[in-house]
Amino acid sequence: MNTTAQRYSPFAMLLHWVLALAIIGSFSMGVYMSDLPFSPQRLKLYNWHKWAGVTILALSALRLLWRLTHKPPADIPMPGWQRSAAHGTHMLLYVLFFAVPLVGWAYSSAAGFPIVWFGVLPLPSFVPVDKELAEAIKPWHGYLAFAMAALVLMHVAAALKHQLIDRDGLLSRMWPTGR
Amino acid sequence: MKTYLMVAALAAMSATAFPACAQQKLVPAQSEIAFSSKQMGVPVDGKFKKFDAQVAFDPKKPEASKIGFTIDLASVSIGSSETEAEVAKPDWFNTKSFPQATFQSSGVKATGPGKFEVAGTLAIKGASQNVVVPVTVAQAGGTTTATGAFGIKRLDFKIGDGDWKDTSMVANEVQVKFKLNLTGVPPL
Repeated sequence: MNTTAQRYSPFAMLLHWVLALAIIGSFSMGVYMSDLPFSPQRLKLYNWHKWAGVTILALSALRLLWRLTHKPPADIPMPGWQRSAAHGTHMLLYVLFFAVPLVGWAYSSAAGFPIVWFGVLPLPSFVPVDKELAEAIKPWHGYLAFAMAALVLMHVAAALKHQLIDRDGLLSRMWPTGR
Repeated sequence: MKTYLMVAALAAMSATAFPACAQQKLVPAQSEIAFSSKQMGVPVDGKFKKFDAQVAFDPKKPEASKIGFTIDLASVSIGSSETEAEVAKPDWFNTKSFPQATFQSSGVKATGPGKFEVAGTLAIKGASQNVVVPVTVAQAGGTTTATGAFGIKRLDFKIGDGDWKDTSMVANEVQVKFKLNLTGVPPL
């Protein structure tokens, strides 16, 4: 049996775990900073959050390209509904990897604060500066981010179920050191 | 009747003899005073909606000119309403104690055709700084348009004090740009 074909490639694993950390960090930062009073600290966190978001967007594009050009390991045996749920969750997560940062970027642009990536690279604004538009976009960044958080929790719960209850070795496909 | 005529004649004479003293007026709706700074590399633009000028400018005798400005700092328009509420606070413009910024010229000289240099004192938030402002003047119809830009350092005026002193967050350099439409200015 070819064991490597049963696991994700090292690069896919790297992207998965780096993005997992980046997304959880960026989400926590977003929840924390939105309640802060106007201060240099808040301004700093907002900028860091935007830089992290654009980085997540770029890495997600790379990850999607990798995913489309490299076959993932075959599904392990499991009931059909679980397989569908897993694939559906993965697809929705991919959609949100793009939607959440893009909507955040649109909000920032509409609010009149173009993003300058790491304070160096000015990014184009793809929506016009418009206060009403900004207010209309703003909540959606949050809704989509919380939707992603719910999906991530499901994803983690499912992985833990496979690891601790089914004990079918599913997690080793994405675990860098194997089992 | 005689005195009437004499007054009228004198008035007419003074109007032609001292054109610089003729009423020169700013057209606020066609004028703009804007500024631009950077926060963590992000350009932030703002402008003032309310300002007035007292101008006695003769392009042929620039050294005799007097130019004064008052700007209502509370009329600032910048980014979000949250930012506007913030800049009124004591750490920024402190509009309660210092509602206006003023500029008073101390000397005007010509530097080329339609080009002038206006030296003067800019006072914001209780601090005064000497500035030299290059101005380009163009005339069309009865309207004189003066445009220019100059840089100031916000910390010279304690704009962004306290926690905001950190210039890696908000740059010290602020670029001020203006376009002023005036009526009643004598021809170039």
